[in-house]
Amino acid sequence: MAEAAPVLAADKVSLRFGGVRALTDVSFSVNRGEIFSIIGPNGAGKTSMVNCVSGRYRPTEGRVQFEGQDITRLGPNRRAGLGIGRTFQNLALFGHMSVLDNIMVGRHHLLKAGFLRGMLYWIGGAQKEELDHRREVEEIIDFLEIQHVRKAQAGTLPYGLRKRVELARAVALKPKLILLDEPMAGMNLEEKEDMARFIVDLNEEWGMTVLMIEHDMGVVMDISHRVMVLDFGRKIAEGQPEEVLADPHVRRAYLGEADEVTQPAEEVA
Amino acid sequence: MATVSLAPAGDYRTTYRADTTIFPTRNSRIALWLGIALVAASPLFFGRYELSLLINIGILGIAALGLNILVGFTGQISIGHAAFFGVGAFASAWLHDSFHVPVWACIPLAGVITAVVGLVFGAPAARLKGLYLAIATLAAQFILEDFFARSAWFTGGVAGRITEPLILFGFAFDREETYLYVVLFFVIVMFAGAANLMRTRDGRALIAVRDHYLSAEIMGINLAYYRTLSFGIASLYAGIGGALYAHYLMFVSVEAFNILFSIQFLGMVIIGGLGSIMGSLMGAAFMVLLPEVVQSIADALAGGAIDRTLRIGASISYLREMAIGGAIIAFLIFEPDGLAHRWRLVKAYWKLYPYSH
Repeated sequence: MAEAAPVLAADKVSLRFGGVRALTDVSFSVNRGEIFSIIGPNGAGKTSMVNCVSGRYRPTEGRVQFEGQDITRLGPNRRAGLGIGRTFQNLALFGHMSVLDNIMVGRHHLLKAGFLRGMLYWIGGAQKEELDHRREVEEIIDFLEIQHVRKAQAGTLPYGLRKRVELARAVALKPKLILLDEPMAGMNLEEKEDMARFIVDLNEEWGMTVLMIEHDMGVVMDISHRVMVLDFGRKIAEGQPEEVLADPHVRRAYLGEADEVTQPAEEVA
Repeated sequence: MATVSLAPAGDYRTTYRADTTIFPTRNSRIALWLGIALVAASPLFFGRYELSLLINIGILGIAALGLNILVGFTGQISIGHAAFFGVGAFASAWLHDSFHVPVWACIPLAGVITAVVGLVFGAPAARLKGLYLAIATLAAQFILEDFFARSAWFTGGVAGRITEPLILFGFAFDREETYLYVVLFFVIVMFAGAANLMRTRDGRALIAVRDHYLSAEIMGINLAYYRTLSFGIASLYAGIGGALYAHYLMFVSVEAFNILFSIQFLGMVIIGGLGSIMGSLMGAAFMVLLPEVVQSIADALAGGAIDRTLRIGASISYLREMAIGGAIIAFLIFEPDGLAHRWRLVKAYWKLYPYSH
């Protein structure tokens, strides 16, 4: 489980859009090997926080550190090379490419052949490199059980499969830290169970640290090691799932009244 | 690319190498070699005029492929492609006249020079998109046209520039029958290059930028780099096409590379199929052959009642332009994915007959 040195550390991160304060002084750290979840009501700033980590937004104040390196001002494309991968809340696949090509895009920073070697293909080693990485990508495809659609156009797939392809693409990056923005939104129970199993496997077998936003409290309580709760851009609680669940602030802000809380959480568990 | 695979049942690929070929089925490979052999043998049964059409298709096809990489694969826009085509034509002639570089080396070098010019004019693409980028490339068109008219050292000024034929091992490729092979060689090399590009890292990055630039960036793709690079590659193709054009006509005039020509390139890409490599060649063929068809219809009607009332013979040059415009509009409405898509549908129809799926 969790070790001492944090992979990711956010220090007093604030984010403002004009007068709107999306995040206010949010500090947290994610330890190596953890599954860390961020929860909170709609508009609480969860996705904004993840965007600050992945580089879509630049915090107005505060710092974000990844493995001890300050990445607050680093461009999003450079972060992939450091080992941060992510999926999106609203599907963001490359719709006209095949599933296989989508996942191969995830290998971008690991492939070396530029456009000249690519055009020459047979001379200069681009072919060998492609085939080597194809082999590794096939392992990811096997793991996520999407073999049957690997040649299909990504934009034509049903929702649940697209979510899985997106996860595969993020995994292809070989990230040390993977950011999952609502990986289970809009899924049925069976798909959710599959996804939860994939996340646990990624964490335990592939050794990835997971930072996850999720609304399904059952899943969050089951698989997270630690949970942080945001409300109106402020951190209101952080800790083990049970502790957080018992916190009166959290109940008021997010989970509702007491008898409403315990039931759904136990139901899924 | 991303199409439904029509590999026949029982055709199992047992290696990744076999699964990543450009032409996936045996029949398509046979068709490819047959097509190349037919073109190579065409001087035996075609006259000079038909050969000149083939040469034009090849040259314009290379340049159109460049524009397709920019517009179809990267999702950007350029209405200055003809100007880059012109840069290639003049650069090749200039290299030969000023530095006595042999013509066979001038053609690829002209491509490189044009690529550099394209990178400079493509730099706004790192920040601009859509309509704004279109206007920026329009500026490139006019700046380069003006440059052609003023810089006599490079273009020969209003008089234009006379170019030398390609000579290799003492053999001059100065007639249609021989120049055809030069164009055929470049078509094969440039088209194979593009097909290879699209199945490797940087080609996928270009398509990723087109399909979803935000997630492309998260995947580690440098948007500014690839948006600009795509202009460089497009210009490389335009430059090589232009250089081939220069040494074919053996004369380059400064007026040839106007905005109408740029629009024609866009027409080729749209008619052939955005984001399709073979479609670029189909679009070029369509654009070259359409005026011929219009001409032959006019010839067939000559002297008849229709010709007398409409005076087709007198307005044939306008009719050609109108036919091109009409074709572009018709394709946008009825087949926005172009000839390449139509061709895939035809193939699927024959393969699946009598079933529809």
